[in-house]
Amino acid sequence: MTGYPEALTDPSYFGQILVFTYPLVGNYGMPAAKNSMDWQRCYEASSAMVSGMIVEDYSMEFSHYKADTSLAQWLYNQKIPAITGIDTRTLTRKIRESGVMLGKIIIGEEDVPLWDPNRTNLVQEVSVKQVEKIGSGKKRIVLIDCGAKQSIINELKLRELDILRVPWDYPVREEHFDGLVLSSGPGDPMLCKPTIDQAQYAFEHDIPTLGICLGHQIMALAAGARTYKMKYGHRSQNQPVMDQRSRKGYITTQNHGYAVKTDHMEKGWQVLFENINDHTCEGLIHKSGKFFSTQFHPEASPGPVDTRFLFDQFLALL
Amino acid sequence: MHKSKYRKVLILGSAALKIGEAGEFDYSGSQAIKALKEDQIRTVLINPNIATIQTSENLADKVYFVPVTPDYIEEIIRKEKPRGILLSFGGQTALNAGLELFHRGILKKYGVDVLGTSPQTIMDTEDRRRFVDRLNEIDVKTSRSAVATSVSKALEVATEIGFPVMIRVAYALGGLGSGVCRSEQEVKELAAKALNLAPQILLEEYLSGWKEIEYEVVRDRNDNCITVCNMENMDPMGIHTGESIVVAPSQTLNNHEYHKLRSIALRVIRHLGVVGECNIQYALNPDSDDYRVIEVNARLSRSSALASKATGYPLAFVAAKLSMGYTLPDLKNSVTKVTSAFYEPALDYVAVKIPRWDLKKFRRVSRKIGSGMKSVGEVMALGRHFEEALQKGLRMLEIGAVGLVGNENFHFDDLTDELKSPSEERIFAIMEAFTQGFTIDEVHRLTHIDSWFLYKLKVVADLGKELALFRGQKIPAELLLHAKQAGFSDKQIAVLSQSEVHNIREQRAKSKITPFLRQIDTMAGEYPAQTNYLYLTYNGMKDDIQPTKEKIILILSSGAYRIGSSVEFDWCAVNTSQTLRKLGFQTMMLNYNPETVSTDYDQSDMLVFDEISVETILELEAKVRFHGVIVSVGGQIPNNLASQLAEAGLPLLGTPADQIDRAENRHTFSALLDSLQIDQPQWKELTSLQDAVVFAREVGYPVLVRPSYVLSGAAMAVASNDLELKQYLQKAVSISPDFPTVISKFLLNAKEIEMDAVAKNGEVIVYAISEHVENAGVHSGDATLVFPPQRLYLETIRRIRLITAKIAAALQITGPFNIQFIARRNEVKVIECNLRASRSFPFVSKMLHLNLIDLATRAMIQDQLTKPAASIFELNYVGVKAPQFSFTRLVGADPVLGVEMASTGEVACLGDDFNEAYLKALQAVGFRFPFQSVLLSTGSIESKAELLPAVRRMQEMKMQIYATRGTGQFLRNHGIKVKILKWPLEGKKPNVVDYIQSGKIDLVINIPKNYQPEELTNGYLIRRSAADYNVMLITNRQVVMRLIEALSEKRTFPLPAKSWDAYR
Repeated sequence: MTGYPEALTDPSYFGQILVFTYPLVGNYGMPAAKNSMDWQRCYEASSAMVSGMIVEDYSMEFSHYKADTSLAQWLYNQKIPAITGIDTRTLTRKIRESGVMLGKIIIGEEDVPLWDPNRTNLVQEVSVKQVEKIGSGKKRIVLIDCGAKQSIINELKLRELDILRVPWDYPVREEHFDGLVLSSGPGDPMLCKPTIDQAQYAFEHDIPTLGICLGHQIMALAAGARTYKMKYGHRSQNQPVMDQRSRKGYITTQNHGYAVKTDHMEKGWQVLFENINDHTCEGLIHKSGKFFSTQFHPEASPGPVDTRFLFDQFLALL
Repeated sequence: MHKSKYRKVLILGSAALKIGEAGEFDYSGSQAIKALKEDQIRTVLINPNIATIQTSENLADKVYFVPVTPDYIEEIIRKEKPRGILLSFGGQTALNAGLELFHRGILKKYGVDVLGTSPQTIMDTEDRRRFVDRLNEIDVKTSRSAVATSVSKALEVATEIGFPVMIRVAYALGGLGSGVCRSEQEVKELAAKALNLAPQILLEEYLSGWKEIEYEVVRDRNDNCITVCNMENMDPMGIHTGESIVVAPSQTLNNHEYHKLRSIALRVIRHLGVVGECNIQYALNPDSDDYRVIEVNARLSRSSALASKATGYPLAFVAAKLSMGYTLPDLKNSVTKVTSAFYEPALDYVAVKIPRWDLKKFRRVSRKIGSGMKSVGEVMALGRHFEEALQKGLRMLEIGAVGLVGNENFHFDDLTDELKSPSEERIFAIMEAFTQGFTIDEVHRLTHIDSWFLYKLKVVADLGKELALFRGQKIPAELLLHAKQAGFSDKQIAVLSQSEVHNIREQRAKSKITPFLRQIDTMAGEYPAQTNYLYLTYNGMKDDIQPTKEKIILILSSGAYRIGSSVEFDWCAVNTSQTLRKLGFQTMMLNYNPETVSTDYDQSDMLVFDEISVETILELEAKVRFHGVIVSVGGQIPNNLASQLAEAGLPLLGTPADQIDRAENRHTFSALLDSLQIDQPQWKELTSLQDAVVFAREVGYPVLVRPSYVLSGAAMAVASNDLELKQYLQKAVSISPDFPTVISKFLLNAKEIEMDAVAKNGEVIVYAISEHVENAGVHSGDATLVFPPQRLYLETIRRIRLITAKIAAALQITGPFNIQFIARRNEVKVIECNLRASRSFPFVSKMLHLNLIDLATRAMIQDQLTKPAASIFELNYVGVKAPQFSFTRLVGADPVLGVEMASTGEVACLGDDFNEAYLKALQAVGFRFPFQSVLLSTGSIESKAELLPAVRRMQEMKMQIYATRGTGQFLRNHGIKVKILKWPLEGKKPNVVDYIQSGKIDLVINIPKNYQPEELTNGYLIRRSAADYNVMLITNRQVVMRLIEALSEKRTFPLPAKSWDAYR
């Protein structure tokens, strides 16, 4: 019910038209982003990632000490079409039953053809084009950017790491590093063959690896598991998961339409987290304890920050 | 599944409804009992609030209608030997009593475990000093504060913190005795008062204008912890959350703020070790992300009831399960039935809570709202837009508002002052300010309300203006839709555009502008849910569900609790639903009060949380096609809709609407009584002051005055001479041909009697007669009721029965009804007749072990009924129902009984005889027996004489007797030893007020001389001091006499505590 600035700039939503189930949107405007320091605190990327936005009741005025522009103005600046006054509950129920579908926003009389973002390699679109060095620290990690959210990077920076952010298909064997992070991102994990290879390389060389969301699915595929499209995807900030080691539950943010099927997994892998509602796999861990993954977003943003400790657990492996 | 080692558990209720502790605890207690029953755990409930659902036959295994005080609880522990006790479901009353039992070592002595949150944790949250220390341990900020136990220390601390400073009282419900002080003088005054209520007070930095945010947190014994709901107070810090308009979820917080506060909530609750449910309140700086934790309530609360209803998450049920050792992942989401209870609901609507005040009922009360609670009830409105929910909510209050705009009954002499230091009508002052051209910024500076909310109000103000442009013309369909989507009612649109409701309705029909049924599913539509919890909205394009083709009966429930209508009607509505479901009907409940059990979605086949109005019911009818509609169990609100609904063709069940109308209309009812040769007090409708005086002289004073239009103060009054009558009619009311005033003969020294009955097709099936302890003249809601009657002549009873049968036949009554009588010697007169369930239905039903509502419901659907055997009316025990007043909270209000109802709740206790039941009932509403000292100020000479025997007994009982001058001299003349104190206005010592303040007087008996204490009199000051310093107060002669008689017979306390089923 909060978090539209974060969601609109989340690369996982690249190319999509985002429908908000909470009807009131725009209340607190958009936070100022005069420089990269600014946007890296409040947004997940420096520009909008969605292709369009649909809301029930857009607030024409906003009120917040951090805001310097309205959501509408921000979208206008980013050339992102948006529409208000739509029965988003009915739309949500339709999407729930029929799955994610193609859509378009028609403004005025001029029709536009449908565009299918899944025909393009979305990960390639949102991944960095060149290797980028971020932060500094004694340990070096490679972050494979499949559409990494800024807050994943923020979490790593906070832990004083030397971060090498590389494109999704970057051959990591050329680098010396202490740990690997596979980021979240859009689309079907099966299309990320080069990234799956990088994960396998890390497993073979015993390099601690953390996978988040798409990164989790990539790790699962690297471990011999399969992925499938879910009937009801998880797209909310209230998904309960259970840590299979401690039997403790956490509330998490999720945004995925594919899930991991664990039947054909290689030996040594087990489920780390399970969804308490539908018992789907929410995370994997290798018995060595060195490689683990989460289907949910421990970096939250938007959403509850209950599982941020996983970054500390990763840090401890390095 | 989890197996508990606790086979029998004691649950403490919250006793009478009072300001700060209302129906929400019936909801939470009922849910707790259900949660335990599900696991075959035996439950023992202590709660003297007889009108509650939780004290019904089919819930707890044992019910005790006794005071929720340590002495009585110990008695019951000794008898019942429970292994566990639940303290967090009965509000502050239960929590305080439980802690006292813990401190006295009683729980340990009998081996009773406190289930859920431990006493240590409760003390950490209740004791301000400990609370601050505990939160400091984990670097969580609390407001700068310090504790004081004396006025001088308070002054010292206040100077240190800096003005303005806030005073709070530890262990007090609803912020009792709290307030803002801007000067040393104010600190002196408030600290003195507050220290009388509690041994320590807290002074803290004043965070006026900060946002006030609450989270409802749930935690289990495995440390799983979630926040179920967050809420934002539209009125920022400085106004008690019980006095604020509250919105769920928060509207002006961004993701960072929301989750910062959420994660602090989890840290705090984990650190404190709460198991079950709790509420955490924050102040949040609107210009930074600085925050303070204001308080944690380690129990179910008003806010948690609201959060339950706002989200569909059954907090009390889950909290009870967690107290018994379950963990959150063990439990299912009872809305979806497939997903887990370990989740945080996602809302796709807005819930707006608005408090309901009844301040205008009280003379001399301060109408300013602030850090102490004064509201008596609340409404919750749901909508897809904020404006929609807010406007619905304002109508639900039933204060004459048609919404935010279009009202004519709110006027402000000094708008700026009203915005700055608000009364209960501030929301309308804001709208007036927009009309007068104030900008959002200006209003924000005066009110500190976040500009986002003000902008939304402005949207409605502008829409109102736009509608007004179409005076007498057809409103364009697009504008009409827009208005409906912003929550305008047809009536409101009609008022603004000077049209008629039916025109607007027809136009809507033509343009196909109708609302849609929406589900509250806790998942924002992203997961399929089998939920029957519904509301209506114009912001949609499709109904979520298609109602079944079964026979559906609509039950109109109680609406907001207010003085004169509360939990009893919830009990009636819930019981109606139960009977109908048993008989194979489907029920739809319509109500909007979040403090009720009828708004639990398992109480009916469908729950519609929306307005109880003709417009809403017609829209539901269009979707559902009701088999029947029941208007006679929810109190006056549904009753008032009967004629309009019948006219619109709805199938009302029970007494025909035209007969309801005949009984409601003073003229037709009076004519009916005349034709039946039934006596009534003489009355006349008058349109001028002169005629009024002439009539009053003709029938003889005193007279009862009932104006149709009130300018200020309470509506009804008694005048005992020309002067009083003229004063009242000139000052307080408007009398004219447009606003006639009814004057009736007021009978002195008469008994008042209640008849509660059920009839079918004009034949009385069952009836219950109760008598008032107080003579006629005290509102029946404030009177002490005795059942069966102890002091009535058989002949009087016989006449009452005959009259009742005649009226039932003449009005063709089918269903519940109530008639009020007055009787002097054996002359019986009818003073009122309501063709609906009354306040006393649950009381007499539980006394008789015969559910009158069940019978009434069966009568209404023409089920076969047999009259119960006469022997069931032969009771070997007595029940007494006593009123609960909340005068301490109503600053300035004159705590005197009169023709206007003033009590906020009631209890009833049972005993082997009247004295036992009566004393227990008084203890249950806060009287403390035995006592040592009494102040007497007993009014007229007749009154003094009448009370003399009682005073003699006080002397025999070795009570220290104080009196004011006249009373004192009278008593001395009759040989009674008395210390005479000076009147308050004399200002001399020894002064009555000083003695009351310093706790030298246990009981104040003040019998007012006249019926209109408008001025600042000595009597008022004495009564008010008693209320302010929490000293027992009696203002009625009969009550004094019965009390002293009873006390001279029963001298050891606690009195016997027998369970309800032992009285058979």
